[in-house]
Amino acid sequence: MTGYTYTVFIILIPLVMFLVIGLLGMKWKPIVSGILGTIGMGISWTLSLITAGSYFFGVHGTEGFQTIIPFEIKWLQFTETLIIKMGILLDPISVMMLVVVTTISFMVHIYSLGYMKGEGGFARFYAFLSLFTFAMLGLVIATNIFQMYIFWELVGVSSFLLIGFYYQKPSAVAAAKKAFIVTRFADLGFLIGILILSFVTGTFDFAKLTQPGTTIFASAASMSFMGISAMTWAMTLMFIGGAGKSAMFPLHIWLPDAMEGPTPVSALIHAATMVVAGVFLVARMFPVIHFQAPATQELIAYVGGFTSLFAAVIAITQYDIKRILAFSTLSQLGYMMLSLGVSGYGGEEGLGYMASMFHLFTHAMFKALLFLGAGSIIHAVHSNLMQDMGGLRKYLPITHITFLIACLAISGIPPFAGFFSKDEILVAALEHNKLLFAVEYIVAGLTAFYMFRLYFGVFWGKDQHYHHTPHESPMTMAIPLMFLAFMSIISGFLPFHNLITSDKMGFETHTDLMVAIPSVLIGVVGIAMAWILYKKESVVPAKLAKSWGILYTATYNKFYFDEFYLFVTRKIIFNYISRPIAWFDRHIIDAFMVGIGLTTEKISYQIKGMQSGQLQHYAFAFVAGTLALALSMIYLLM
Amino acid sequence: MIQGIPLEHFLVVSTIMFFIGVCGFIIRRNLITMLMAIELILNSVNINFVVFNRYLYPDQLQGQFFSLFIVGIAAAEASVAIALIINIYRNMKNIEVENVNEMKF
Repeated sequence: MTGYTYTVFIILIPLVMFLVIGLLGMKWKPIVSGILGTIGMGISWTLSLITAGSYFFGVHGTEGFQTIIPFEIKWLQFTETLIIKMGILLDPISVMMLVVVTTISFMVHIYSLGYMKGEGGFARFYAFLSLFTFAMLGLVIATNIFQMYIFWELVGVSSFLLIGFYYQKPSAVAAAKKAFIVTRFADLGFLIGILILSFVTGTFDFAKLTQPGTTIFASAASMSFMGISAMTWAMTLMFIGGAGKSAMFPLHIWLPDAMEGPTPVSALIHAATMVVAGVFLVARMFPVIHFQAPATQELIAYVGGFTSLFAAVIAITQYDIKRILAFSTLSQLGYMMLSLGVSGYGGEEGLGYMASMFHLFTHAMFKALLFLGAGSIIHAVHSNLMQDMGGLRKYLPITHITFLIACLAISGIPPFAGFFSKDEILVAALEHNKLLFAVEYIVAGLTAFYMFRLYFGVFWGKDQHYHHTPHESPMTMAIPLMFLAFMSIISGFLPFHNLITSDKMGFETHTDLMVAIPSVLIGVVGIAMAWILYKKESVVPAKLAKSWGILYTATYNKFYFDEFYLFVTRKIIFNYISRPIAWFDRHIIDAFMVGIGLTTEKISYQIKGMQSGQLQHYAFAFVAGTLALALSMIYLLM
Repeated sequence: MIQGIPLEHFLVVSTIMFFIGVCGFIIRRNLITMLMAIELILNSVNINFVVFNRYLYPDQLQGQFFSLFIVGIAAAEASVAIALIINIYRNMKNIEVENVNEMKF
């Protein structure tokens, strides 16, 4: 039980850094804030690695990994039973997430020392990064759903602040607002889900909810609403919250716009950590979803599958390199959701669960690398658009190699990390649902194609006429790239099947050649097609685009989802709901209150002459009144 | 001395005094005269106290003491009122009550 108390510091250090940098950062040279934040993050990272080392490789019995709660306090006590606690829960997925979050955050802290150099608001940037890291760590180690919800919202706020970091830029402000509103909309579902779940079970604690063979759901069986059981409602609503954060279709629209933030932020928040919070939530509630709400699990699988296909198709047509990566993130998150959706519980049945967590881990590494690489490219050519790039391999050798490694990893080419995790997902999908397997198989090919379209378009192709020669990034930016490239190569060999499983017991996996070979093949086909089309500048892609006509235009415009949502909100909700309510407020409620005030004022104006200042008038009124009273009393008593 | 005079006679006298005082207070414009009218009102009340005490509870003295207190307080009140009137006179060079109308809306 004890021995892990130091994990408190993993979370507290970023909070302290946020307060110190946020309050005092203005007084120092900017670089001091950066170095301070980086050192703090480094300590957190080291502690996380120590925790993971002793948790995963320390002594544990044959019954698998224990859930450990080294620290817990009662935060708010409303009644005897309604208590909100704050604490730290260590189990395989939270320890893994600690490692992922602190690793990526530390790399991004180092990287930003170079990338953000000379930008206004350097200290503010580091303060927000620390705030985000604190919130994200608080989210992953939450002991109960309510703590998770609180940190969930904090993560949303820090994401909002960082997307809108360039607050002088109207598009950044709009993107920040959009991200905030869309995720808030989803969080409403999350909150209602929490309330239903806690009403049914009478607890917020994950430990109690996910205990195997628990009886707290006994009362849920009889409850239903509109023909759907209470637990299905609760889990579906919670999934909506997770879908908002993880940008699942149809709540995906905020993520591509979130790329308005600084690139290191995109790497940290919108690729590796915050967007997987939804996947993490589903994984955290997995036993509940699997046993109590199988319909929701099915929904999760299909939403994940559709999102991955949908986003991959859009990614093919985009030109903004960060947006391509954003859609690629959507697609990979879809993979993770799908994998959870098709998973069973316990032993080999829980392959999908393990594969999802595995992919979460490897994806965090190579997607952060891709974003940081993209940041390095943008840093060199001062543009986000692929049309402005080409032939950069000569100028940016380190970025080139690391970017290539990441592309190979995401395309699922062995021995890079993505191959192992994606392969497990495909095996899990094949075992449970042939249709979803087919979808994911196609998406694997599309992924390889659009990633290498990006790679060839940027690093090969025609040499552009740059205003000044692009130069390789400074060491502060190159070191994180190299570290993450190293992780992208080796993290596929981590024995995840022994460490992170649905029932916390290890099991044996074997690479299924029947799946592995075709999946590598389709990846290679995708790469080859990209090679043919984009390695040398040619007119074929443009011709192809033209031949697809309206379909291409629709894809290029992301299937008009933004326009559709705008139409619904502006034309329908604003006009037919908001305006009448606003009218009612202004002309009925407000007018009533104003009317009271105006009437009082008018009457006072009329009668103010009575206060004349003439003493004798008052005396007369007083005597007359007294007489009248006296006479009336006499009359009444007689 | 008051043997043989009925109670009603006293009450009539005090009532007449009271209303003369009230009328004087409302009608007269001179502050000093108004003060005199107030004295009339107070003294009409004094008469009532003394007379009721004598006729209803001849062996007790509360009513008579009460009227003594009223006389004392009337003296204090008159001194305060005259001090005010002197100040008003210094400011306005007259003591017409109609001119003292600063305190209004």
